[in-house]
Amino acid sequence: MTNPHIRLVADKVAAPDGAPLIRVAGLEKRFTSRHGEDVVALTGIDLEVRRGEFLSVVGPSGCGKSTLMRIVAGLLGPTKGNVSLDGKPVTGPSNDVGIVFQAATLLAWRTVIDNAMLPAQLQRLDPATSRARVERLLKLVGLEGFERKYPFELSGGMQQRVAICRALSHDPSILLMDEPFGALDAMTREQMNLELMHIWSDEQKTVVFITHSIPEAVFLADRVVVMTPRPGRIARIIEVELPRPRTLATLAEASFGELCGKIRALLAPSIPGMAHL
Amino acid sequence: MKTRVGIQVGRAAILIGFLVLWELIVDIGKIPPFIVPAPSSVGVRLYQVVIEGTLWPHTLVTLSEILAGLAIGVAAGLLFGVTVALMPLAEDLVYPYLVGIQTLPKVAIAPLLIIWFGYGMTSKVVITALVAFFPMLVNVMAGFHSADRDQLDMMRAFGASRWRTFLNLRLPNALPMIFAGLEISVVFAVIGAVVGEFVGAQAGLGYMITVWNFNLDVAGVFTILVVLSAIGLSLHGIVKFISRRTVFWVNRDRDEKILGI
Repeated sequence: MTNPHIRLVADKVAAPDGAPLIRVAGLEKRFTSRHGEDVVALTGIDLEVRRGEFLSVVGPSGCGKSTLMRIVAGLLGPTKGNVSLDGKPVTGPSNDVGIVFQAATLLAWRTVIDNAMLPAQLQRLDPATSRARVERLLKLVGLEGFERKYPFELSGGMQQRVAICRALSHDPSILLMDEPFGALDAMTREQMNLELMHIWSDEQKTVVFITHSIPEAVFLADRVVVMTPRPGRIARIIEVELPRPRTLATLAEASFGELCGKIRALLAPSIPGMAHL
Repeated sequence: MKTRVGIQVGRAAILIGFLVLWELIVDIGKIPPFIVPAPSSVGVRLYQVVIEGTLWPHTLVTLSEILAGLAIGVAAGLLFGVTVALMPLAEDLVYPYLVGIQTLPKVAIAPLLIIWFGYGMTSKVVITALVAFFPMLVNVMAGFHSADRDQLDMMRAFGASRWRTFLNLRLPNALPMIFAGLEISVVFAVIGAVVGEFVGAQAGLGYMITVWNFNLDVAGVFTILVVLSAIGLSLHGIVKFISRRTVFWVNRDRDEKILGI
């Protein structure tokens, strides 16, 4: 575990391409609303995520994309169907998953490094090893020198960077991100997208990235799952064959614009006036 | 920093202005000292009282009542609040009664407590503990409920047990509200002890107020008020000091406002 790269490469050899790391089959989720009505949040969801893949899930609010992520994370149980991670059915939160929420959800009384080390502490991993790993991650996101700061001393973007390091601190194979940059301003968001690409290529994690921004979904992903609301279902899964590494220049490419347009057209009937996005 | 100093100077100016105005009104209006004494005569009286040590034993009695009552009330509030927070069923069962008791002015049962616990310090300690208990309890309960849903999810997602969630999230998250409760309890405790002494006592600052009031020694009563506010301010200051260092992450703009209670 001294060099994460070696271990991850070994993982890749052990699990041949094609064997999905995340498998969602026949998933349905119903809620009972406050007025006692039965609400179908998700239905007929079948999805496979390959090891090492970056998958974006895009859709308007109310399409159940966050619910989907919470079920994959083991925070919510499905009504029908099942979810498995690496062949094992999900019955609760797994140590092999790291999560980033829209809010940074940092603990205000912990320093940056103690926040980032929280999952490793909760899972009783070796402190010295996890500290070294977290320090490397913080360096990777440009937070070197901020280890002893408290969350209230950081900007929103910096807080979210800490949350990303925290999600990766226990070296999980899966990273789930629920609109992680939704609360950030456009400039910071673009910067964070680039950094996330950087982290992803460095760490080789399997990422499920929930967003309502079409360009963000396309820019980051290998595939984009397009979801439509009421009830939440998968409209189409779109392959993104833009070359990597992707840079700001990617955003100006014609093929990038075409893909965005295609997804926008898929979503347009479900949300009137969405064309401007 | 400039404005901060300006504020301090302004505050001092208001106090001095108030005292000067008071002195002038008493002087010009020829108000008899047994109705409103001039601040200068209160000052003289205070000096005399301090030199002769007249109030010292009474201050000790009242301060002991306040501290003992506060310790019991705060400890009980914490213990009860934590228990209730850990057992939602207990909360459901007792909550309506707590709200009911909250609406009752606790000092109204002081006469009963004097009957049950006598004229000595015990009855005052009980009243003080009772008035200090509720703000503590309510704030502890509210504090444990204030944990953010996303943060609770985050703890669960990273594998925290119920107990470790309590220790690592709910408890530190509740601390700012617990300290806010403690600040209120401290102020209430002073009121509790003094009211208890009004109702029936043989010693204490509240008792001395009734005695000197009866003798129309109004300047003397004012000196007791000065001593009482000194006690209140010091206790509040101590809590504030500990609080600032413990819950350093809380933005404290509401600093002085709590005293208005």
